[in-house]
Amino acid sequence: MARKKSRERETAYFDYNLLFIIIFLLCFGLVMLYSSSSYTSANKYGDSAHYLKLQLRNILVGLFPMIFFAKVDYRVWRKLGSFAYLVSFLLCVLVMLPIPGLTRSSHGQSRWLNLGPLSFQPSELAKLAVIIFLAMLIEKIPKSLDKFSSLIKVGLLLIPLLGVVAYSNLSTAVIIFGIAVCMLFVASPKYAQFILVGIGGVAFVVAFIALAQYRSTRVDAWLHPETAGDAGFQTLMGLYAIGSGKLFGKGLGQSLQKMGNVPEAQNDMIFSIICEELGLFGAVCVILLFILLLWRMMIIANNARDLYGALLVSGIMSHIAIQVFLNIAVVTNTIPNTGVILPFISYGGTSLVFLMGEMGLVLSVSRGIRLESMKQGEA
Amino acid sequence: MGNFCFMEWNKTYHRRKICVIFAGVALCGVILLGRLVYLMLFRGDYYSELATDLQQRERKIKAARGKILDRNGKVLAGNKSVCTISVIHNQIREPEKVIQMLVKELGLSEERVRKRVEKRTSIEKIQSNVDKETGNRILAYGYDGVKVDEDYKRDYPFEDLASKVLGFTGGDNQGIIGLESIYDQELEGENGLILTTTDARGVEAENIGEERKEPVAGNNLRITMDENIQQFAQQAAAKAYIRKEADSVSVIVMNPSNGELYAMVDYPEFDLNDPFTLTEEYQKEKTDKEDSKEEASSREATDSEDKEQDALNQMWRNHCINDTYEPGSTFKVITATAALEEHVVSLEDSFYCPGYIVVEDRRIRCHKTTGHGAETFVQGIENSCNPVFINVGLRIGADRFYDYFEQFGLLGKTGIDLPGEAATIMHKRENIGLVELATISFGQSFQITPVQLAATVSSIINGGNRITPHFGMQVEDEDGNVVKKFSYETKGRICSEETSKTMRELLEKVVSEGGGNKAAIEGCRIGGKTATSQTLPRSANRYISSFLGFAPADDPRVLVLVIIRNPSGVYYGGTIAAPVAKEIFENILPYLELG
Repeated sequence: MARKKSRERETAYFDYNLLFIIIFLLCFGLVMLYSSSSYTSANKYGDSAHYLKLQLRNILVGLFPMIFFAKVDYRVWRKLGSFAYLVSFLLCVLVMLPIPGLTRSSHGQSRWLNLGPLSFQPSELAKLAVIIFLAMLIEKIPKSLDKFSSLIKVGLLLIPLLGVVAYSNLSTAVIIFGIAVCMLFVASPKYAQFILVGIGGVAFVVAFIALAQYRSTRVDAWLHPETAGDAGFQTLMGLYAIGSGKLFGKGLGQSLQKMGNVPEAQNDMIFSIICEELGLFGAVCVILLFILLLWRMMIIANNARDLYGALLVSGIMSHIAIQVFLNIAVVTNTIPNTGVILPFISYGGTSLVFLMGEMGLVLSVSRGIRLESMKQGEA
Repeated sequence: MGNFCFMEWNKTYHRRKICVIFAGVALCGVILLGRLVYLMLFRGDYYSELATDLQQRERKIKAARGKILDRNGKVLAGNKSVCTISVIHNQIREPEKVIQMLVKELGLSEERVRKRVEKRTSIEKIQSNVDKETGNRILAYGYDGVKVDEDYKRDYPFEDLASKVLGFTGGDNQGIIGLESIYDQELEGENGLILTTTDARGVEAENIGEERKEPVAGNNLRITMDENIQQFAQQAAAKAYIRKEADSVSVIVMNPSNGELYAMVDYPEFDLNDPFTLTEEYQKEKTDKEDSKEEASSREATDSEDKEQDALNQMWRNHCINDTYEPGSTFKVITATAALEEHVVSLEDSFYCPGYIVVEDRRIRCHKTTGHGAETFVQGIENSCNPVFINVGLRIGADRFYDYFEQFGLLGKTGIDLPGEAATIMHKRENIGLVELATISFGQSFQITPVQLAATVSSIINGGNRITPHFGMQVEDEDGNVVKKFSYETKGRICSEETSKTMRELLEKVVSEGGGNKAAIEGCRIGGKTATSQTLPRSANRYISSFLGFAPADDPRVLVLVIIRNPSGVYYGGTIAAPVAKEIFENILPYLELG
């Protein structure tokens, strides 16, 4: 027994690489958040560090779930998969109801739930819930995933939650859908089915855009931001900022577009300010940093002790990848505008807390890796 | 360990799939990188320019326009410092106080000021051309959001002196007529800019400061005009204008040997500091016209603006170059020159004037209806006898006469450096019959500009070299260094040195013994020729009296042309125009150290 324990200690693994990348991203995010928000927040709140302080608080709050998830053996969440799904579904329904004091809307869409001093977006919880739920589900029915019909069945299970989320927040629904597809893709040995699902997904998004009136003005703003007036304003201001950056940028803190021209520069559009201040060079570094983060997760997923851990990590990995690339694609006007934040860098409480929780999960999975298998995996 | 797993962790294909996802992620990253490279490197200039437009507020700094100096460096057109008052909506803290202050200091209506102060623009101009003291007082209030920008206004210290020659400038400091317009590019400077970076609300961003592009002042223009001579000529013209109740009096004073114009008067002149207000003379003309039109039909209100503009254009019109007239007897100088060049007449040839001459079926009268009797060619010139010149003209023949017309440069323009020079109105070569030839010989039935006449006679008496009349001398920088020197080459010989000498002698006799005697000054050798021409229609009995003189007769250094349009009372050129020229000579010959 003692021998066994010492062997375990010898081979105990913790992915410090990932941890440092996360810490670096968080610190870099704070710097950029301060840079992009200080001018407007000084005018609005008389305190240039207004958003910086709030974000610091969010990070501190986020440390708890991160450490908690990292410490607890991830295998315990197996049993809570269905529960998480149910809870997030109920909260998402709840947020849709106009209950004074409990729900709060922003930009005309109700997305917030007030819980005492904190408010949070149930849709963020839904992402994590889907990852945990699907990992559990797939692990239980691995063989039947060979059949296309079981993929459909899993899909049908997700429809209620997707529908509820999509009702108020299309982009989150797209992200959840993307996560689910990626996780099923990893679990299933097939390829062709996913190409079909991918086509179907694209068709779904196109149909949704075409049907919802307010969203097709977004398409208009996407194709011609110069002439789309108010609808294209944010996009155009972001493009001005990105273009102004050129190769090496104007220097940290030197952005002019952040002075009210890019609306809420600390949120979705923060990447445009990064581009303006740090240039193409800085933007490439940020993208490489995210790719490095995703690469670490790939290593962890590939070396996970069991399929459940691998699925959890690939779900989280797809979540972050989708969000990063959607955000950058929106900011660079590669796709129509939709509200997706840049993980770890954009201002936002709920998303940051849940992201840090997810990182805790990944770190927890990494702790389960045994070094021999790691070597095997890398060999 | 396997027991812990619910299923076999089939690493091979799961791993492959995870790698496929990562490959997809990397692919997305590469695509977005490509997009960023496109946006930031290839479209960077485009977007950053648009962004700069958005972020910067532009204020112009007017460049000082170059001065116009007379030949001795006296400032004929300069600049006065004035201010432009504007407000920046977002910076105003006490709008009411600002409005009250501006109303009080600028004397504008409260309604107008309020409208501008309350307008949501980044910068709104309240008033330009505010004098400096008022600007300083407004600055002294120290209200936020009120900007006082230094500005220049054109200033003409001699007011109406040579107004039609100098011209004036418009609101954007651009030359409108005269030299200001012709030499606009030399005179205008390059406006500067103050670029202030602002945030989205239009508030100036701190710590960024202003970007300044300094204005470049325009270069000075030195012209051949002599302020003193212009003053003498203008005063003489004014006197004649008043005494003879004329429509207008033009005087050209130039150097016949090189074409430098010393003075050009077209009285009545107007105040260059207030060029858009009709002077008394034109005010009257405008109302006269209105009255007559009102009788004909009732016009729309918009017409009155057109009329106003018409009247202004009339007031700004320089008759010396913009209008043609029949030169009359002064043109006999040219007929005589052509005849001498053609050798169809000698000075001793005798003629007989019965008071008229019959050409084809026309009987053309001499101005002396009783006739000059028997006379030599020299006497014919002294008497300005029409039959003599008709005779000589017929001897030259229509074709040759036309050739000389062309050779003397009368068909083209003189090339003077003033805008709107009118072209000669002349018969076509094939249409000149004997009657036309006869009338051309004594200066009728065709029209030239006064400056054309002055330039042509100058060229005849200066030894035969066609000169270009001009004002522009050189362009100088602020310190007086020559930036550009204008050169006017002579356009070739138009008559022989000998003919030129003969003409000088003949014209001296016109003043000493003939019709130009009223221009004679004791002790000075002056040559000249008078003219009295009836304007069209002949029935109106309107005349143009003129005198063209030069001194010293043997070596002409200065030429004076006086034209009095529609004088009342006596209208003979020798009687009314010659004394004006004499007065000018009396003043300028000592000044030029010639007499």
